[in-house]
Amino acid sequence: MSLCLRVCTAASCRSRGGEDLRQALAAVAGSSTVVKGVGCLGPCSEGPLLELETASGVGHPERQLFGNLPASDPAALAALARSLRACAENPKAPAPWQPPAGQALDLNHPFFRLQRRLVLKHCGRIDPESITEALAAGIYQQLQRVLEANDPAAVIELVRRSGLRGRGGAGYPTGLKWATVAKMPGHEKVVVCNADEGDPGAFMDRTVLEGDPHTLLEGMAIAAHAVGASRGFIYVRAEYPLAIARLRQAIHQAEQQGWLGTAIAGSRFNFEIALRVGAGAYVCGEETALIQSIEGKRGMPRPRPPYPAEQGVFGLPTLINNVETFANVPALLRLGVEAYGGGTKVFSLTGDVLRTGVIEVPMGTNLRTIVETMGGGAPQGRTIKAVQTGGPSGGCVPAQQLDTPVTYESLQALGTIMGSGGMVVMDDTTNMVDIARFFMAFSREESCGKCVPCRAGTVQLDNLLCRILERRANPADLEQLESLCVMVMDTSLCGLGQSAPKPVLSTLRHFRGDYLAMLSPEATP
Amino acid sequence: MDPMTPRKRLATVWLAGCSGCHMSFLDLDEWLIELADLAEIVYSPIASDTKTFPEGVDICLVEGGVANTDNLALIQRVRANSRVLVSFGDCAITANIPGMRNMLHGADPVLRRAYLELADGSGQRPHAPGIVPELLDRVLPVHEVVPVDLYLPGCPPSAHRIRTALEPLLRGDWPELSGPELIRFG
Amino acid sequence: MSVCTLRIDERDVAIEAGSTLLQAAREAGIAIPTLCVLEGLSPVAACRLCLVEVSGSEKLLPACITPVQEGMQVHTATPRLQEIRRTVIELLFTEGNHVCAICVANGHCELQDLAVEVGMDHSRLPYRFPDRHVDLSHPLFGLDHNRCVLCTRCVRVCDEVEGAHVWDVGWRGEHCRIIAGLDEPWGAVDACTHCGKCVEVCPTGALFHKGDTSEEKHSDPGRLQALVHARHHRQWTP
Ligand SMILES: Cc1cc2nc3c(=O)[nH]c(=O)nc-3n(C[C@H](O)[C@H](O)[C@H](O)COP(=O)(O)O)c2cc1C
Ligand code: SF4
Ligand code: SF4
Ligand code: FES
Repeated sequence: MSLCLRVCTAASCRSRGGEDLRQALAAVAGSSTVVKGVGCLGPCSEGPLLELETASGVGHPERQLFGNLPASDPAALAALARSLRACAENPKAPAPWQPPAGQALDLNHPFFRLQRRLVLKHCGRIDPESITEALAAGIYQQLQRVLEANDPAAVIELVRRSGLRGRGGAGYPTGLKWATVAKMPGHEKVVVCNADEGDPGAFMDRTVLEGDPHTLLEGMAIAAHAVGASRGFIYVRAEYPLAIARLRQAIHQAEQQGWLGTAIAGSRFNFEIALRVGAGAYVCGEETALIQSIEGKRGMPRPRPPYPAEQGVFGLPTLINNVETFANVPALLRLGVEAYGGGTKVFSLTGDVLRTGVIEVPMGTNLRTIVETMGGGAPQGRTIKAVQTGGPSGGCVPAQQLDTPVTYESLQALGTIMGSGGMVVMDDTTNMVDIARFFMAFSREESCGKCVPCRAGTVQLDNLLCRILERRANPADLEQLESLCVMVMDTSLCGLGQSAPKPVLSTLRHFRGDYLAMLSPEATP
Repeated sequence: MDPMTPRKRLATVWLAGCSGCHMSFLDLDEWLIELADLAEIVYSPIASDTKTFPEGVDICLVEGGVANTDNLALIQRVRANSRVLVSFGDCAITANIPGMRNMLHGADPVLRRAYLELADGSGQRPHAPGIVPELLDRVLPVHEVVPVDLYLPGCPPSAHRIRTALEPLLRGDWPELSGPELIRFG
Repeated sequence: MSVCTLRIDERDVAIEAGSTLLQAAREAGIAIPTLCVLEGLSPVAACRLCLVEVSGSEKLLPACITPVQEGMQVHTATPRLQEIRRTVIELLFTEGNHVCAICVANGHCELQDLAVEVGMDHSRLPYRFPDRHVDLSHPLFGLDHNRCVLCTRCVRVCDEVEGAHVWDVGWRGEHCRIIAGLDEPWGAVDACTHCGKCVEVCPTGALFHKGDTSEEKHSDPGRLQALVHARHHRQWTP
C-alpha cells in the first residue's frame, strides 16, 4: 500500500517543530511512501500537523489528519516512524492508522467540512517548493488559457462580472480597478502584489505565500496580461522569512520553466516579477506608501488622487492588489462566474476559541457558524462577548449579532469592516476598553507621522484610553475621546489615521457600559 | 458708577509664575482708581494683606501654573470660592516657563539638577518638611487641575488686555476675546 | 487659458483651470489657515489645516492641493471646520514645547498667529512636554526640535530649491524628527551650503540664526518665492 505523508511546515507548525517532524518522517520514505513538507493544513492550534493519505489501489485514497504530534522527542519520533513503516508495509486495505502519540482529527468536523477552498485549494496539498507539483496540480493552466485566447478585455469583464472585491481591506471592486489600469495610456505599466499583511492577528496572506506561491504568481501574470503590464513587484514584509524564501524560489522556478520572463508559454507576453522586502512599517501596506517604499523612498502615504492606477510605481500606471485577491483569479477563471458564485473569504481565526487557524469559507457564511460551529466557541465555562474583524481599522460584532452573514455590506452596517481577514474572538472576561486601547497603541506606534491628526491625535487618544483604564477619567474625558476620534477619522491623510479611531468608536457603540464602568465622575478635569 | 450696584469682590492669586502678570496688572495705572470704585480687592499679593483666600469671590485672576502642594491646595480653595476663575497669563494657561522643568520628568531630577549637578562646590538638597512645599512631579496648567471660566493669554497679558477682560466682567457681562491684540500667546 | 468658475463661501470666483482651491479662495479674498504649504515648494497636504467642505464630497478636501472644478461649491469656514482647525493647532501646541515668551520667533511666528486665527486661547488637550533636543552644531544656525511642527518646509526647500538635501524626516509617528544627513549633527553634514533657506522658510522658531534672541527672528518666505519665480521665468537680472 502506498502512503503520502504531508507535514505542515508553514510558520505556525514550524514554530511547534513541524520541520523536525518532517525530517524524522523522511526516514520512512521509500518506494511506496512519500513525505512532503506542505503549507498550512488549517487548524494551527493543534499543530504540528500531519496528513496521511493512503491508497490501496482500489477506491479513493483515504485521508486522515493528525495533530499535536511529537516534534522534539527522538524516542517518540522514532516510534512514530516505526508505526508508519508498519502501516506502509501492510499489504491489506488499511484499518485507520493510529499514531502512538498525538491525536486524530476528524476531517468531518465542521471546521473542515464547512470550508470552501478556492484560494487555498492547493495549500496543504502540494509541496510549495516544487513547481513540478504545482504544474501537476494544474497551476499555470489558466494563465496558459488566457495567453492562448489573448483577449485581455474578456478577462477583465469576467473579473468584473464575478463581483470580486479587493481582499486587502478596502474591498474595492477588482474588475473596475483592472479596467482603469488597462485604460491608462502608455506602454509601461506595473502590477504590484501587496503582501505586507501587517494587521495584528492576520496570517491569511502568509498562508498563501508559504503554502502555494505559484498560484499567486499565476494570478499576477493573468492580471498583468489583462492590464498590459510587463513588470511586477511583490512587496512582502520582512517578518515573513519563510514566505520570502519560498517566493524567491517560486519566482526562480517559474522563470526557469518559462512561466515568467519573456515570451511566456510561447506567447508574446513578457512579465517579470521582483521581490521587495519591507522594513517593518505597517503603514507601508497603504498603497501610496508602498509605492514610495518600492521606489526606495521613505514609506509615507501621499494624498490621492492621483491614484496608483494613474501614477504609481515610478510614475507608471500601477495595479495594486492584495495576495488573496490575485490568488482568487485562477480559481475564478477555472470555474467561471456561475460556479465561482459569491466566492470565498479566508480568515485567520484567533483568540478565545477552541480551534484557531486559517479557514476559507463561502462569502456570506454566518459569523456564528464560523466562531461557534467551526471554531468550537469559547473555552469551557466562558461565553463569547464579541468578534473583532478588520484589526486596527475595524471594529467588533457583539455576541447578540453573531448571526450576521460575513459580507462587506453587513459588517459595515455593524460599524466594522471585512478587513483583510483577521478574526479575533473575545470571551466574557474581556474588557473592551482594553481591546480599544490595544489597537490605538498599535496605530500610535505605526503612524508614519506625516499628518498632524494621526501623528499627534493617536497619542492623545491613547493617553485618554489609558486614563480611562486607570480610572482617572471623568465623563468629560469620554466626550473628548469621542470628539477627537471623529476629528482624527475625518481629517487624517491616509487610511491608517482615518480608521485608527474605529476600534474605539465601535466598542463605544456596542459596549459603552465597559467605558462607563471605568469612569470616576469626581476625577478632576 | 451706579451706587446701587454692589462692588464685585475681586481677587488675584499668584501660583508658579514670575509675578509679571501682576506687574502688568499694575500697569493699568490710573484705571486702577476706577477699578477701586467697581471692585473690592479681597485677596491679592499686590493689593491686599489678607492671608487666607476668602469665600464668595466674584472674579479671581490666577497667575501661574500649579507647581507644588501649596499651589494645589490654594487653587482648589480658589475654585471652590470663586464664581469666575480667570487663567491669567501664559503660565496659568500653558505652564509656560515653569513648565519647562516638566521635560526633566519628575520633581526629583529637577531638584538634583538644580541643587547638585549645577552647584559649584558643596551642593545640597534643600530639606525643610512643612516649611518649603513639596514640588509636584509636573507643573500643570490651571485648567488641567480645576475648571477654568476664562483665559487671558500673554506673557504677560498687556494692561489693555486685562482691562478689556475685566470691564465686562465687572459689569456682569461676558468678554469676547479674540484677535492678536487679545489672545496671542507670548 | 481656460477658466473655471466656482462658488466659495457664497462668493463667485473665476480662476485659471488647474489652480488649487486655496489659490481660488485667496483670489476671492477668503483666508484659509495653512501651515505646511508654501508657494514655491511642492505641496504635501500634511497639516490638514486647510481642509474645506465641498458639496458632493463626503470627505473634507485639503484646499492646498485640490484643483478647482467648474461649478464647485466650497465652504471654508463652517463650525465643523473651525472646530477641526482649533484641534489641529491644539495638537501641535501640545505635542511640542512651545514657550512663546522666550522664543526667537515670538511675535513673528506662524504657529502663534494660527492660534489667534483659530481662536485658541487655551488647549483643551493636555500638554505632553516631550523630551526634545537642540542642535547647535552648525556655525551659523540652530535647530530647536522643541519648536518644530514637522511641516517639512525645510526638507523640501533644501531638496527642491537648494538641491543639497541636507534634511529629512527620521523615525515615525510621535518620534518623528527632522534629521540632518544620516541623523548627524547639522554641523557635520558637508552637504549643507550654509544658504539659510531652511531658516527662512521655517514657520516657527525651530530653525534660527545663532545670535538671535527672543523675538529677533524675522523669516521671509517671500525671498524664496522671488527666487523660485525668477528661476521659473528665467529672470536672471532684476
Ligand atoms: C494603513 C494601511 C495598511 C494596509 N495594509 C495592507 C496590507 O498589509 N495588505 C494589503 O493587501 N492591503 C493593505 N492595505 C490596503 C491597501 O492600501 C490597498 O487598498 C490594497 O492593497 C489594494 O488591494 P485590493 O484591492 O486587492 O484589496 C492597507 C491600507 C492601509 C490604509
Ligand atoms: S494618517 Fe497617519 S499614517 Fe497616514 S499619512 Fe497621516 S500620519 Fe501617516
Ligand atoms: S524645522 Fe521648521 S521648517 Fe523644518 S519641519 Fe520643523 S517647523 Fe518645519
Ligand atoms: S496647508 Fe493644506 S494641508 Fe497643510
